[in-house]
Amino acid sequence: MSLQLDFPAVLERWPSFVAGAVLTLELAAFATVLGALLGTLAAVGRGAHNALIAGACKAYVETIRNTPLLVQIFLVYFGLASLGLKFSAFTVAVAALTINVGAYTAEIMRAGFEAIPRGQIEAAEGLALSRLQIYWHIILLPAIEKVYPALTSQFVLLMLASSVCSQISAEELTAVANYIQSDTYRAFETYIIVAVLYVILSLVMRAGFWGLGLVLFPRRRRLGTPL
Amino acid sequence: MQQIPAASEPIVSLRDVKKSFGSLLVLDGVSFAVQRGEVLALIGRSGSGKSTALRCIDRFEKVDGGEIVVCGHRVDRPDVNLRALRQDVGIVFQSYNLFPHLTIEQNITLAPCAVKGVATAQAKDLARKVLAQVGLEEKLHAYPEQLSGGQQQRAAIARSLAMQPKVMLFDEVTSALDPELTAEVLKVIEQLAADGMTMVMVTHEMGFAKGIADRIVFMHRGKVHETGPASILTSPTTPELTQFVGTGNLKS
Repeated sequence: MSLQLDFPAVLERWPSFVAGAVLTLELAAFATVLGALLGTLAAVGRGAHNALIAGACKAYVETIRNTPLLVQIFLVYFGLASLGLKFSAFTVAVAALTINVGAYTAEIMRAGFEAIPRGQIEAAEGLALSRLQIYWHIILLPAIEKVYPALTSQFVLLMLASSVCSQISAEELTAVANYIQSDTYRAFETYIIVAVLYVILSLVMRAGFWGLGLVLFPRRRRLGTPL
Repeated sequence: MQQIPAASEPIVSLRDVKKSFGSLLVLDGVSFAVQRGEVLALIGRSGSGKSTALRCIDRFEKVDGGEIVVCGHRVDRPDVNLRALRQDVGIVFQSYNLFPHLTIEQNITLAPCAVKGVATAQAKDLARKVLAQVGLEEKLHAYPEQLSGGQQQRAAIARSLAMQPKVMLFDEVTSALDPELTAEVLKVIEQLAADGMTMVMVTHEMGFAKGIADRIVFMHRGKVHETGPASILTSPTTPELTQFVGTGNLKS
């Protein structure tokens, strides 16, 4: 038995691969930004004095963390459809991925918030800053800084997990691959190329987060300890 | 109640203040007052309630009973305007608590800009001014972790000064520092006292308290056990204070 690989037959479809990779990156970008916002709010909400808000945030986080992503995607997809709401596959995918990554972000951010020493908050209170000002100026960036590696890994993982969105025919990289391999009968070559493309996308995201870290944490840049 | 003319009204007054942590009674009817321009040193053993008393002034602890009036604010009442109170009161902690992600300048300008709405350019002038007061002009753009402990504490004092408080509270501000760094921080506090700042300080530096304090409050088991001018440290009247200053606490 000999292995015969025919990459040119698959590579001639490169415009489709590129389009799929771009769509995957777009999905990841939207879901990362929206999920970061949602997760941070949920982390703040979990610490709220109001038991209803805290309970709702906890229920959200636990529900999402204990169900599979694919099921969540189907729930959003068919849920919206049965309500008579029509959205593009892309929109549904962004919504489902946002809800998913938001829950994980909430847990990571909660760890970050809890790592802020009590003395920091007392010092800020002693300077007459309001609660909102304390969160914004004193807690938020140091909390993100403490969990930045965990947070960025989660977002890269999200990009990789977005491959399951092929199941609702969002034309992202894996969906493109499924189509090409069924058309060319060159499955192994196709998925090797797709795997390489995912590696490249991961590296692009990591480079992006490294650059963002330089902007967010000027102190680390100055002291030569960038994240 | 006796009518007191406004001019002589104390900046800080505690009357019969009680405070418990669970079943532990830490303040058992504490009373003292601080006049404008006065320096009051709270001394006593660890656990005597002196830090708790200090923290009650800025309402970092809620009292269970008694009356606290600070710059006209009824601190013991639940409806006290905390942010107004804390604009009048500056507090400096043992662990400095500078904001690590901000430069010294940003540490200082944050509250004046965010709380009082001071313009950025004005706040930066203010930062230079208060840093000069504590002898740290050249650290304007440094980050806290680039400073020594003594420098960080002086920067924390400058940050507090930038809010132009009417009274400053110092909670064992030199306890984490070696003797040399302690000296540089104490020099700054001495200068503040000379400039007429009203101050309440919890301290273990008996020599310093003796040199700077207008009045000493010795706390013991949650009560004011002995109070008087700094001279009570050299001629105490109660056996507890005698023992406290006699155990090598008093450096000359």
